[in-house]
Amino acid sequence: MSEHRVNLTINGRGHAATVEARMSLGDYLRDEAGYTGVHLGCEHGVCGACTVIVDGRAVRSCLMLAVQADGSEVTTAEGLADGDGTLHPVQQVMREEHALQCGFCTPGILMTLAALTGGQEKADEATLMNSLSGHICRCTGYQGIRRAARRLAADSGQ
Amino acid sequence: MNAQQLPQGLGAARYIGQRVLRKEDPRLLTGRGQFVDDISLPGMLHCAFARSAIARGNILNIDTSAARDMPGVHAVYTQADLAHFNAQMLSFFLLPPEVEMTPLASDRVCYVGEPLALVVADSRALAEDAASLIEVEYAELDPVVTLADARNGPPIHPGTSDNIAAEMGDEELDDDLAATLNGAAHLVTQKVVHQRISQAPMETRGVVASRDGNEELTLWITCQSPHMIARWVSQSLGLPQTAIRVIAKDVGGSFGLKNHPWKEEVSVILAALLFGRPLKWIEDRYEALTASNQCREAEMTLQAAFDAEGHLLASHGDYACNNGANPQGPDNNIAVHMFVWGAYKMPAYAFLTRGYYTNTNGLAAYRGPWAIESLIRETLLDRAARKIGIDPVEIRRRNLVTLKDQPSVSSMGIPREDITPAECMEKLLHHFDLAAFRKEQAAARAEGRYLGFGLATYIEPTGSAGSMPVMTGELAQIRIEPTGKVTATMSTHSQGHGTATTMAQIIADRLGVAYEDVTVFEGDSARGGFSPGAAGSRQGVIGGGAAISAADLLAAKVKTVAAHLLNASAETITIDGGTVHVTGAPEMSRSLGEIAAIAYGEPDRLPPGCESGLEVQHRYQPPPMTFTSAAHACVVEVDADTGFVKILRWISSEDCGTVINPAVVEGQISGGLAQAIGMVLLEEMPFDARGNPLSATFKDYLLPAISDIPEFEFVPANTPSQALGGMRGVGEGGAIIGPPTLVNAIADALIPFGELPEPLALPLTPTKLLSVIEGRDLAAHSAPAPVVVAAAAPATEPAPAAAAPAGEVRVDGAWDMVLKTPMGPQGMVVTFAVDGNAISGRFDSPEGSQDFIGGTLEVNRVRFDLKVEKPMKITLKYDLQFDGDSLSGKCKMGMFGSAKVSGTRKV
Ligand code: FES
Ligand code: FES
Repeated sequence: MSEHRVNLTINGRGHAATVEARMSLGDYLRDEAGYTGVHLGCEHGVCGACTVIVDGRAVRSCLMLAVQADGSEVTTAEGLADGDGTLHPVQQVMREEHALQCGFCTPGILMTLAALTGGQEKADEATLMNSLSGHICRCTGYQGIRRAARRLAADSGQ
Repeated sequence: MNAQQLPQGLGAARYIGQRVLRKEDPRLLTGRGQFVDDISLPGMLHCAFARSAIARGNILNIDTSAARDMPGVHAVYTQADLAHFNAQMLSFFLLPPEVEMTPLASDRVCYVGEPLALVVADSRALAEDAASLIEVEYAELDPVVTLADARNGPPIHPGTSDNIAAEMGDEELDDDLAATLNGAAHLVTQKVVHQRISQAPMETRGVVASRDGNEELTLWITCQSPHMIARWVSQSLGLPQTAIRVIAKDVGGSFGLKNHPWKEEVSVILAALLFGRPLKWIEDRYEALTASNQCREAEMTLQAAFDAEGHLLASHGDYACNNGANPQGPDNNIAVHMFVWGAYKMPAYAFLTRGYYTNTNGLAAYRGPWAIESLIRETLLDRAARKIGIDPVEIRRRNLVTLKDQPSVSSMGIPREDITPAECMEKLLHHFDLAAFRKEQAAARAEGRYLGFGLATYIEPTGSAGSMPVMTGELAQIRIEPTGKVTATMSTHSQGHGTATTMAQIIADRLGVAYEDVTVFEGDSARGGFSPGAAGSRQGVIGGGAAISAADLLAAKVKTVAAHLLNASAETITIDGGTVHVTGAPEMSRSLGEIAAIAYGEPDRLPPGCESGLEVQHRYQPPPMTFTSAAHACVVEVDADTGFVKILRWISSEDCGTVINPAVVEGQISGGLAQAIGMVLLEEMPFDARGNPLSATFKDYLLPAISDIPEFEFVPANTPSQALGGMRGVGEGGAIIGPPTLVNAIADALIPFGELPEPLALPLTPTKLLSVIEGRDLAAHSAPAPVVVAAAAPATEPAPAAAAPAGEVRVDGAWDMVLKTPMGPQGMVVTFAVDGNAISGRFDSPEGSQDFIGGTLEVNRVRFDLKVEKPMKITLKYDLQFDGDSLSGKCKMGMFGSAKVSGTRKV
């Protein structure tokens, strides 16, 4: 098993580590860096729970190796809210729309919505819904998630 | 927020009935939840299992040497190492199984995936590596996989004479019943074959076990009640002297799967006791799908006799379910029969019900385990209505028990006092204009679009307590802290239910404090008292009652203490917004904090004999059962080209009594409905003939996504129950009433093509629906299908007037044609032969040749179907316009949509 040095920024803080080549970014974020808000629901790229933002884009961290994230900026659910605890708009809308029950799928959904509404180009409602079809929630029946996405699209004027 | 009047004299409410923001959400939205895999202890090691590769056989040898020798591996255990603990596997009702069952397989295996050995290693990856090095030699036996195998095959468990795990009812039909059934004006029989389902909570199973000294054991485990786990483990291990503490703060869904530990969790606990270091096991999704317990696989035949006007006369049910090899309790699902006609005026019912052992994963609970009763009854009623020639609404109006028919007792002995399915249905129909829909449906059919309306009604037993050992009351312990803030410890537990929110709403209202000032603790067996947690739609009903009564007791104490301190009478004291008021004397108001500080710190100032502090506990014992009633309706469109079902509307009219938090209640119903939609359209856990599970990933086991689930509309139909506070349970209902609602809508949509195939076998995949639409079995892969099949002329579609051709129309002969497929343009030569208005011909392309017949010619429009077998079975529907030496049009390619066609006469 080969070991590799990686340097990356997670939620604004620098991390240096030695990781096995086979370690996924998701496992690294959870087990080595301590960001247990990254949830692993399938570890084969279908459920979307493990989604994090890597260099501005939503990525399934179970399908990316930690070594591939060398030099990247990573954001997890822990890094969305402001330092003073003010929730990110995506978190706030999800809360107001009761878009979660057990909360297991939630971090992935937050990161996808944040990636698509946080940059220069704001996604429209159809794009958000399409992207959300890659997230499985077994609890809510998606009612609140859909309402939240609609509000985010409306707020961004799309 | 507006105050609302509560039923049962509960007075004004500020929080009950409101969409209050959840207490659980701030931590879950910021990645700060605490799920079992988030627990890490010093010195903790990781576990993985070696599992059986065969479904049935004897173990000749397990060679663990290579695994043991692997660097990073600390131990490898087999049942031989764990046997001395004598751990007893137990059911939900804490009873031992009737067949031998050990945590790890001992000398035989009885399903693929059964755990054989446990590896303890530095990391999960290393443990998995080592587990794959364990070699097992078996003497394999032919497995018993299906219900038919179980009926006819050899008994799978030694010491048993057949595969019947549990049985009730009569094999012989009573003469009177038989006479009524056979002599009735209408006898309708419905058969349902329900597929196997995986509960599939998004968080898989997992446990962290830590032996703390010789007399303490701490478990973090994903579960439905830490109290239930503590009780189960203590009885299973016979360790009453050991203090067992179970912690489960956040749980990522459960739906019945995590009622109590099973083989893997027990093995990890025993290994932790043996090895002495904390051990963690987190199931991966492959294991969750292939080795966890499963549910729902069953067959049922229901006969119902009606008089000429469609009134029910008698019924018989024959049910069998697959228990797997090691069910969490042998199960014949008697509840199916108890409730199948519970909401209907059914004079006589008899049944036969059986559970069978097979060499498959064990049966565990899943949201509304008896739900097949509603599926089979409600689909039977729709078929009966069509047969008798009345409307689906009308057949229910004639047979449902209304409030006027109560109190009464069902033919199965279920007392009915306040069920309202008929009233829910009328409210639903007030909201949904069925006559207008029928017009829309007829218009759509004329355009070749197939809309359907589905209706279902049901009742559901909820909040049951007092009749089964673990189904107890619920405990609330509430205290006003010396600071004036309120903390409550509840026996409830949330796997997404939001009980910390709903219980806080109740407590805040009843105590007269702000919701923000109430904190609810649950999820730790060291706090509070026993309850089975989320099982049987009970927490809102019973936990809610406990919160009300404990809060009322505490408010009474505050009033006594305040009256004494303020020299007023207790009746003049009110508590509001965290302040204690004396009626008519505003200057005497005191904050709760001031009163509390005295109650704890200055006992001398309390009334004589008054216990110091402001703490109260109460265990609420509800009525034995509380019924929830509902009517649901949905509208679907079935695409006749693809067999895909699109759900256009879904309306829920549900009597769930007092609603504590509408967002939570709607969330429960919606989640259940999504699971129902999954069961009807998508989800399936099949096995091959050797007992190998065939859905091993989420690419095989299809869970509904946001694009599969419509918006749900909620029509209020609430009447308070007789439980304290008037709540009725809503945890399971969506999963029970959803399947028949959707199946009925699909059947209604496809009426122009005939009835759904018998038996009704779930899931209703596009292939199955297309088979109805095309009138042939598209699933029969093995049958050699003829290359050319006569196409049914699309008679159901009225032909739009063909555009008058500009030039001469001559279809005969060879044409160069290009089909623009999603994969790129495909060229071919098509030769048409015209005989009057009939068209036949031949396709030639580099891939081969194919003939077709059965096409039609109208003026210059040619339509024909080409049924191709490669690369997949699909019907290509061509619709072409000819104009001189050119042709144009489209080709509908099943689920792949339409492609453009163009062509020129071959010269
Ligand atoms: S855990 Fe990565 S997609 Fe499911
Ligand atoms: S909230 Fe439980 S899986 Fe989405």
